[in-house]
Amino acid sequence: MNTRRNFIKNTGILVVGIAATGGGLPELFAQVATGPYPDPDFLQLDSWIVIRADNTATFFVGKTDLGQGTGTAFRQIMSDELDIAYDKTSCVMGSTHNTVDQGGSGGSDALQTDGYPMRRVAAEARRVLLEMGATHFGVPVSALAVSDGVISVVGSTAGSRIPDPGPRQVTYGDLIGGRRFNVTLTGKNTDTTTGIAKLKPVQEMKNVGKSPQRYDIPGKVDGSLKWAVDMTAPGMVHARNVRPPVAGATLVSIDEASVKGIPGFIKVVSKGNYVAVVCEREENAIRAARQLKVEWKKPATAPFPASDKLFDYMRAATPSSTGKPIETGNVDAAFASAATVVEAEYDVPFQGHTAIGPAHAMADPSNGQMTIYTNDMKSYGMRNGVAQFLGMPRDQVRVIWMDGPQGYGRTAADDAGFEAAYIAKEIGRPVRVQWSRQEETAWDTKGPAYAFKMRGGLDAHGNVVALHYDACAADHNHLGYNEHETVLISQLMGTRKNLISQGRASLPSDMYVIPNRRSTTRVVPLPMPFETPLRTGNLRDPDGPQVQFALESFIDELAHKAKADPVEFRLRLLQASTQDDSGFKRARSIACIKAAAEKFGWDSRPSPKSAVASAKAEDILTGRGIACAYRSQTVVATICEVEVNKKTGRIWAKRIVVAHDCGLVINPEALIRVVEAGTLYGLSRALHEEVKFDTEKVTSVDWMTSPALRHEDTPERIDVVIVNGDPNPNRPDLQHYGAGETMCKPMLAAVANAVFDATGLRHRRIPIRSAGIEMP
Amino acid sequence: MAAITLRVNGEAHTVDVEPSTPLLYVLRNDLDLSGPRFGCGLGQCGACTVLIKGEAVRSCIRPVSQVAGQEITTLEGLAQNGKLHPLQQAWIDEQVPQCGFCQNGQILTAKALLDKTPNPTDAQIRAGMNGTLCRCMTYYRINAAIKRAASTMKGAL
Ligand code: FES
Ligand code: FES
Repeated sequence: MNTRRNFIKNTGILVVGIAATGGGLPELFAQVATGPYPDPDFLQLDSWIVIRADNTATFFVGKTDLGQGTGTAFRQIMSDELDIAYDKTSCVMGSTHNTVDQGGSGGSDALQTDGYPMRRVAAEARRVLLEMGATHFGVPVSALAVSDGVISVVGSTAGSRIPDPGPRQVTYGDLIGGRRFNVTLTGKNTDTTTGIAKLKPVQEMKNVGKSPQRYDIPGKVDGSLKWAVDMTAPGMVHARNVRPPVAGATLVSIDEASVKGIPGFIKVVSKGNYVAVVCEREENAIRAARQLKVEWKKPATAPFPASDKLFDYMRAATPSSTGKPIETGNVDAAFASAATVVEAEYDVPFQGHTAIGPAHAMADPSNGQMTIYTNDMKSYGMRNGVAQFLGMPRDQVRVIWMDGPQGYGRTAADDAGFEAAYIAKEIGRPVRVQWSRQEETAWDTKGPAYAFKMRGGLDAHGNVVALHYDACAADHNHLGYNEHETVLISQLMGTRKNLISQGRASLPSDMYVIPNRRSTTRVVPLPMPFETPLRTGNLRDPDGPQVQFALESFIDELAHKAKADPVEFRLRLLQASTQDDSGFKRARSIACIKAAAEKFGWDSRPSPKSAVASAKAEDILTGRGIACAYRSQTVVATICEVEVNKKTGRIWAKRIVVAHDCGLVINPEALIRVVEAGTLYGLSRALHEEVKFDTEKVTSVDWMTSPALRHEDTPERIDVVIVNGDPNPNRPDLQHYGAGETMCKPMLAAVANAVFDATGLRHRRIPIRSAGIEMP
Repeated sequence: MAAITLRVNGEAHTVDVEPSTPLLYVLRNDLDLSGPRFGCGLGQCGACTVLIKGEAVRSCIRPVSQVAGQEITTLEGLAQNGKLHPLQQAWIDEQVPQCGFCQNGQILTAKALLDKTPNPTDAQIRAGMNGTLCRCMTYYRINAAIKRAASTMKGAL
């Protein structure tokens, strides 16, 4: 195995061999190299924490890190609860054989949900160690103190308050090093797993709120980290897929002789409409995939409308499902008596995940087991899916998560792992599958397209009295999480899930107080729901950027009609009630908007800047826009300043301010970077990204035809303001909410609102086309 | 197949491959150098970047036969005598990467940029780095790290 991980034999279930990783940190592995691979028991403390004789600890958590530093954050919260120095800890994540199933990544829930069982088990380990310390010294636990993994007797039972310096100290490692806790936990599932120890008050946490550097970064900049793309095994071969040339095509015949002459050619693997070539060397597999002659039959009817007709199609299509209408107040009456009624339609196209590295995985069928090395964010789901797909017992399948290029949702339905496992089983050798760029950009999963219709009513004073939000999403047959019947290879082989997912059209995330409000939603299908490159999956958030674009653009349109400043208009809508939910999202929304406006130096005035300005002779127009959103309990307000070049149409987001409230911040510096990058990710979706297709195939297939944000788009300045808008900001139980996605949501509208402020032109379709900026 | 000798990170290696094989696959699969990464195979993203004679070269579209005998530096060869290159150190100090997959190309492209333009302005960085893509959008921090490295390198002169 070409990896620096050692598996050292030991009779214990968990304790194990130690090797250095790229980051120079110790890593522990279960002794299960040859399989089978039973699930680690989440009700055993030993499944979560191992303490070694040298007084270092390793945490085993069932999450994956998408490059946002969650592993570092887990070490911070767990070392705080365990009372051990941060730099004496390490973290093993997301591999099905040695970490409990916490579901991998998704929903930005790593800290918000899974952080709590992690804290509780670490607190329980501390409690157990203190009891062991009490037994060791023959004193009550109340006579002990612990710091950095060293237990000291601080109060003598004889009444002396002076600690005995020598033998009156013992380390965690002395007490348990290398041995099992054998402590059983309680809980219905990993989310509720707990011991009997209490969590620490926030104020007593030493590492939380500090910014240790992410431990994964050194190995990523010196080239020493082994990624999933780097995995090899003795005898490993290379496979490439051959996709149907048009969606829905059926395989007629394969001319294997067309690739027979390629050196090291091994086999064409094919079933149904799935085709792959396997060669000894990678470059020859690439060549074989290009050269293989395959006859395909086109489908009788077009699989989808062309992308430039998509929104007409969606608005006219018969829904496959309709959301229950939500209504408060008397919307019809409010519109009838409104002084002004405003209407607008917004469109957001399909957008791809288009990770910088296309899908890949390596599968090793050694020992009659199946081991998959992958960057699948939901490794546990992949394990179940692959076991079902191959008809193997679950405990003979192991999925080892490793770092990979992020697609922010792409690997929730990780096709390459299934393909590698299938081919490995077919040929009985380790196989590496690597998708091509064009394959990835065309065939990866897509964020659903949305068509919106908004209608708002203002009274004579410019107050919003009615709002009708109508959303239509092309999200029928939304993919599951690594379900064996929904991944692409399975669809191409002809599997059809009985109950296909209805998908959804989501509601906006805002705390505005609007007395009469109606929301109607529906999902429409494209003509071909299976074997399509327009498979919808979870794309970062997964539909907040679309929905919030419509809502927050429209709020701006209402502010414009009301001749109100966009910030004041929003604050008025938020402050119209003091009624709140348990997370104080309204109070925190107000705090974020105020913090963003203050940091930006917002000049209060209605948009656009001035009709005169846009008519002026200068080439560069400037403007600013605001938008906000929440996701679960995390609240964000974003202000963007743009420069619009009248001649070239270029839009440059010159300055961005993000006010961000995710409750208790574990690692401020890491959070700031996640927010910066996520905000620019929203900017990319606002300005550049769109999946284009004709009526039979995706035509945006590489970085030329499918552009994304580049260095030239980098803002001059980004300010991230960390807000704690909780009414009781110092509460000892202040919660840590997720922070991986919220900041993407408001960015599309913030840019569109800024462009309106600069130019007086309202853009209602994403991406905001530079051609549309040309001044009248 | 042909025997081709490559000089990579100061060492000579002879490989027996088709002369048209892109350098990337030889580095990764024959020399076990995983710094350069496959991102597109089309010369469009920069993930596969290596340095040849000081230039940032996209190894995914460079036939191995064309670089025989030339001094090739990969990310693994950037540190000298166990000390990280100032750019690598700046990448750590600024905590640049998110997923990190593109950062091989970012760092080596920045190296070639600083070799030519030791004191780049923001605008020069944006222009010089423009062809090197990051899907996690770490551009803002890359810009900061390049400036940090430039000032370290100036101090070292
Ligand atoms: S992989 Fe070479 S430029 Fe993209
Ligand atoms: S850091 Fe993920 S692609 Fe650049």
